[in-house]
Amino acid sequence: MKKMPTLVSKVLGDSALIIKLGEGIHPDIHQQVKNLTQLLNEHPFDGFIESVPAYNNLTVYYSPYIVHRSNTFAISGTPLEKVNYYINELATHISEAQETEGKLVEIPVLYGGDFGPDLQVVAEFHGLSIEEVIQIHTEPEYLVYMIGFAPGFPFLGGMDERIATPRKETPRAAIAPGSVGIAGKQTGVYPLETPGGWQIIGRTPKALFLPDMSPPSLLQSGDKIKFVSISSEEYAHYEKVKK
Amino acid sequence: MTINVLNPGLLATLQDIGRHGSQKYGVIVSGAMDSYSLRIANILVGNPQDEGAVEISLFGTTLQFNEDTVVAITGGDLQATIDGFIAPTWRPIIIKKGSVLKFGFALEGCRAYVSIAGGFDTPRIMGSKSTYITAGIGGIEGRPLQQGDTLTCGELTEMNKKLYEKLARSESTSDWLVPYHSLISLKSLQTIRMIEGTEFERFDDSSIEAFLNTPYIVTPHSNRMGSRLEGPSILLKEKFELLSEGVTFGTVQIPPSGKPIILMADRQTTGGYPKIGQVITADLGSLSQLKPGGKLRFEVVSHSEAERLLLLKEEIIREIEIGVTYKIVR
Repeated sequence: MKKMPTLVSKVLGDSALIIKLGEGIHPDIHQQVKNLTQLLNEHPFDGFIESVPAYNNLTVYYSPYIVHRSNTFAISGTPLEKVNYYINELATHISEAQETEGKLVEIPVLYGGDFGPDLQVVAEFHGLSIEEVIQIHTEPEYLVYMIGFAPGFPFLGGMDERIATPRKETPRAAIAPGSVGIAGKQTGVYPLETPGGWQIIGRTPKALFLPDMSPPSLLQSGDKIKFVSISSEEYAHYEKVKK
Repeated sequence: MTINVLNPGLLATLQDIGRHGSQKYGVIVSGAMDSYSLRIANILVGNPQDEGAVEISLFGTTLQFNEDTVVAITGGDLQATIDGFIAPTWRPIIIKKGSVLKFGFALEGCRAYVSIAGGFDTPRIMGSKSTYITAGIGGIEGRPLQQGDTLTCGELTEMNKKLYEKLARSESTSDWLVPYHSLISLKSLQTIRMIEGTEFERFDDSSIEAFLNTPYIVTPHSNRMGSRLEGPSILLKEKFELLSEGVTFGTVQIPPSGKPIILMADRQTTGGYPKIGQVITADLGSLSQLKPGGKLRFEVVSHSEAERLLLLKEEIIREIEIGVTYKIVR
C-alpha cells in the first residue's frame, strides 16, 4: 500500500504553482513526483500548459484566463482556488497511478585525455588511480531526478562520495557538448557548449539534446543511466555512425 | 512576399508567444519579452495572436519590403521611419514595394515589434517559431537576424486580404489606433508589482525594507535571459541550500552577490537561487520595456490582485481583437 503524500502547494506567481511532495532528495519522494506528473498528463485541466518535475516537487504552469473562463471545474472561485482544488483531488488518486519504470540508458564515455582534462585532478584529490575513478564512476545506476539548466541536461542522483570533488576555482569559458563532469556530490553531462566550473573527466559521443526528435531529450525525469567506459576507437566509431 | 534585412541593428529576433510544453526537457520558453505588444501587433494585421513577429531591441534594425504589404509596429518608440517619414505605430499600415522601414534609437521603451500580414513562413519547432539562440533552433536558423537575410512571409488569409483592400482604399493606414496605455507603460521609472516569492520570509527584515523602498536600476548586463539590477544588496537571515526547481518569467531571484536578477523570456527552466518575489504577469510587458539605465520600484500586491489584473488585461486584449476584427470586416 502506498501512502497518500502530504501535498504542499506554493504559488510561483499568478500563473504557476509548485506542488511539493516531500523534503530533500530521495528516490521514493521522486516516485511520487513522477506519479503526480503522470496523472496530470493523463487528466489535464482546462488551461493546463505544462509541468516541470524537480527533486521533490512539480511546477505546474497554467493559464489563469482559461481556468477563469472554464466551467469544467468542480468548484467556482479564483483561478488559483480552482487549480489547487483540482490538483488536490487528483492527488488522492496518486496510488492508482501506474508505476512506469523509467528506461535505463547507457552513456558511453571516453574518460581522460583531451576529453577529460580533469580526470587526473579528481584522482589526485582523492589519492586514487585514474582506473579507480573510472571504476567508481561507471559502477552505479544513476537516477535522473530532473532535466533543467540546459536542454537535455540531467540532474543525477547516486554518485559515490569517494569521487566527490569541488568545482574548479576558475570556470572554463566553454565546455564542449557531451562533456561528463563532477561538481561536488553531483555528476552530469553537458548537452550544449556552455561555460562551466565542473571537473571534466570525459566525454560522450551520444547527443543528449535532440531538437528534431520527440521528445527532444534523450533522458527524462525518472530514467536511469549507466556510464560505460569506451576506447578512443569506439568513440570514433560512434561519431562515424552519428554522421 | 519577402523582406530583406539591410541592417539587423543591435539584436533582432523572430519571436512568438513562446515555446510551451517542453520545459520538462530543459527547453526554455523564449518568446516575446513584451508579449502584449506582440499579440496586439498580430491582431492589427489580421493574424492569430500567436504568430511570429520581429522583436527589435534598442536600435538600428532596417528592413526592406519587396511587395506591398500590411504591417504593424508596436512596443517601444524606437523612432521608426518608412522612407524617412515617421512611421505610424499601433495601427495597420501598408508598406509599399521597395520601401525601407528603419528603426532609430529607443526614445521610450526598449523593444519594438513588427508583425506582417500572413506571418512568417518558418517552421514551428516544438510548437513555436521563437528563436532559441543557445540551442540554435526556431526563428531564422536559430539565430538573430543578419544583414543579407531574406524573410519569407506566410500565406494571406481572407482576413489579411480584406484588411489590405480596406487600407488601400484609405490613406494606406487606418484612421484609428490601439491605445496601449492600458496594457504597457513605456516610462523610464516604473512601479513593478510583485507577489511575495517562495523564499520571501527567509530574507532579513532590513533587506526587505530596502528592497521595497529603494528604486533599482536595470544594468547594461541585462538581456533576454535576465534583468540584472543595481541597488541595495539583499541578505538572507541565514544561509541555506535550495534545490533547483521550476522558475518562470518574472521570478526575482537573489544570487550570492545579493543583487536581484529578474528572470526574463530566455530564462533557464529551473533555478536554485532563493526567490524574493514574482513580478505579476500584468506587469511583464512594462518590465520588458525598461532599457538599461531605467529604474523600477517593487510594490507587493496580493495573489488575487495579480490574478485580477491579469484577467483584466486579457479582457482588454479580447476587446481589442473584437474591435479590430469588426473594423476589418465592416
